[in-house]
Amino acid sequence: MRDGPRPARDVVDTVLGFARTLRHAGVGASPDRVEAMLAAVGALDVLDPRAVYWAGRLTLCGGPDDLDRYDAAFAVYFSGQRPRAPRQSGPPEVQLATSAPLEQGNEDGDDATEAPDLAVQASAEEVLRQRDVAELTPAEREHLRRLFALLVPATPMRPSRRRRPNSNGSVHQARTVRRALRSGGEVTRLVHHRRRARPRRVVLLVDVSGSMTPYADALLRFAHAAVRARPSSTEVFTIGTRLTRVTREMRLRDADRALAASGSAIPDWSGGTRLGEVLKAFLDRWGQRGTARGAVIVLCSDGWERGRTDLLAEQMVRLRRLAHAVVWVNPHKGRSGYEPLTGGMQAALPSVDHFVSGHSMAAFEELTGVIQRA
Amino acid sequence: MLTRVSEPTVTPIAAAPAAEATFSGPEELSAALESTGYLPDEGLATAAYLALVMHRPLFLEGEAGVGKTALAQALAQVTGRPIYRLQCYEGLEASQALYDWDFGRQLLHLRAAEAAHATTDTESLEASLYDRRFLLARPLLQALEDSPSVLLVDEVDRADDEFEAFLLEVLSDFTISIPELGTVRATTPPLVVLTSNRTREVHDALKRRCLYHWLQHPEFDREVAILRSRLPQVTDQLAREVARATAKLRTFDLLKPPGIAESMDWATALHTLGARDLDPDLAARTLGAVLKYREDTERVHGLGRGALFGA
Repeated sequence: MRDGPRPARDVVDTVLGFARTLRHAGVGASPDRVEAMLAAVGALDVLDPRAVYWAGRLTLCGGPDDLDRYDAAFAVYFSGQRPRAPRQSGPPEVQLATSAPLEQGNEDGDDATEAPDLAVQASAEEVLRQRDVAELTPAEREHLRRLFALLVPATPMRPSRRRRPNSNGSVHQARTVRRALRSGGEVTRLVHHRRRARPRRVVLLVDVSGSMTPYADALLRFAHAAVRARPSSTEVFTIGTRLTRVTREMRLRDADRALAASGSAIPDWSGGTRLGEVLKAFLDRWGQRGTARGAVIVLCSDGWERGRTDLLAEQMVRLRRLAHAVVWVNPHKGRSGYEPLTGGMQAALPSVDHFVSGHSMAAFEELTGVIQRA
Repeated sequence: MLTRVSEPTVTPIAAAPAAEATFSGPEELSAALESTGYLPDEGLATAAYLALVMHRPLFLEGEAGVGKTALAQALAQVTGRPIYRLQCYEGLEASQALYDWDFGRQLLHLRAAEAAHATTDTESLEASLYDRRFLLARPLLQALEDSPSVLLVDEVDRADDEFEAFLLEVLSDFTISIPELGTVRATTPPLVVLTSNRTREVHDALKRRCLYHWLQHPEFDREVAILRSRLPQVTDQLAREVARATAKLRTFDLLKPPGIAESMDWATALHTLGARDLDPDLAARTLGAVLKYREDTERVHGLGRGALFGA
């Protein structure tokens, strides 16, 4: 409100009410943004609806995803209707539990495991690590869930454009001269610097379709461990009949809460798979812009494609050209006698750098090594 | 504008606007921009006007080639301010964005002082070493010193988090402090335009301080008007047909849908080859001006002429 008249009291109330409606609609209209809107309304014509529309849109929105919600909320609020009740978006949490078997409780589990002998527990753990997660009992799943907390995925590194002082490397001219100025302009010692390493981006694409149901929970837990290790350089998307970005939800510290939040964000749990189309959507909206560029892409899917396999092959080639490395995790690969016979898998394999299994804890540990060295 | 700060001074952000071109509202700014050949729509004109009067940075996002950078240049033209451009890239450092000391000249100065046996008074010698003339101003400092100005921070999504953090510091109070020299403060905050192609999500803390606008491909009529005003040599017929064909290309689900920059390139290419309207043969030969991927070109060729020129 630096210029223009200070908006009247009722304008302030109206704007505050509108901001509340917006927050219900999912736009994060924070107080400082609302203050900016008041200033913007003050600088424009308060009585002109178009001016109010733009004043709000320019200050309250923070991304293209906000714009549709803003338009809808604006239409509702300023047409005199009552603010809508908070929208229950996504499926209820029950759905997460049904399609995420590791979530099922173990309270009524066998009492024999209540206080096991340490040695027995260790060897049981060893066996559990090798077991296929799809064949576990609820109690074993609960145990495995705790093992995930111990998984520390190492990140792949890449050379950065930034440098840091080092005993060898190229000469840092500015620092050398600055040091010389201190000793009366005499260059007594050369100061060196060299490129430092930065984490390479890792993008996990997790298939949550019906055929992957037994593994989706474990894979999402793996994704959570990866995000927890490097929150700023890891992205997680789920694929099924559509693409959902769950990176934000995955950043929650607690694994169960992160999974519950992702569960309500994913609209297509246990549905079909349209790998080719969804991969195309990923590449169009995120990948080509930069998310996939130079990144390690980890695709977790059984390659069961309901759509056209030629589209999948085409998109995999495109992905391969953008990415640093493409890792395909197929839980079925862990079974003896597995052959990649599904159409989708055959279409994708020529563009895959590392084809690994992801069916047990041991396989996940191996996967972290593959990602690190990719 | 360079002052040694001994006592705390009040930030003069709320100062009255300088004696320069002022606009009564978005419409007037829009008209002024149109006279320079930049045709904004209602939202963009309002965004630019608010950025000007509220002294808030304008954060522009959108597909490549929709006129994000061009807006900053047009704004500099209508306000009569100088424009300073900072192209972002990964690893951009303060010494390239804010200021740097000219070490070579400092050394020379020291040697010259030695030769003249003027090195006895160390304090004054040191003060003379860190003089304004040995300071190399980079775009952010230049924009603050040459106030009022337009500061274009181009493709901020290409810079890394470290850069975003110090950009935040500069944009929040429009000052830069140089330890050896003092604090530089803009008398009038610069008009800041940040552009992003969304290759990376820019941090919320930065976006919160800005006005946010998402730029879209222009509608048909606006695109014709832009082509006509930017390329007066192109016939009206050609401009219309190029705009129509480009709009059609955008519906083909291409890897890189053509922006306004591409349609301008295409119209120029066709005009250079002597076209007065969009001849199918010529169009096919000049498709490289609008489509920048082999897959896209193949696809459009595969669809046949009817797809591009049909009703």
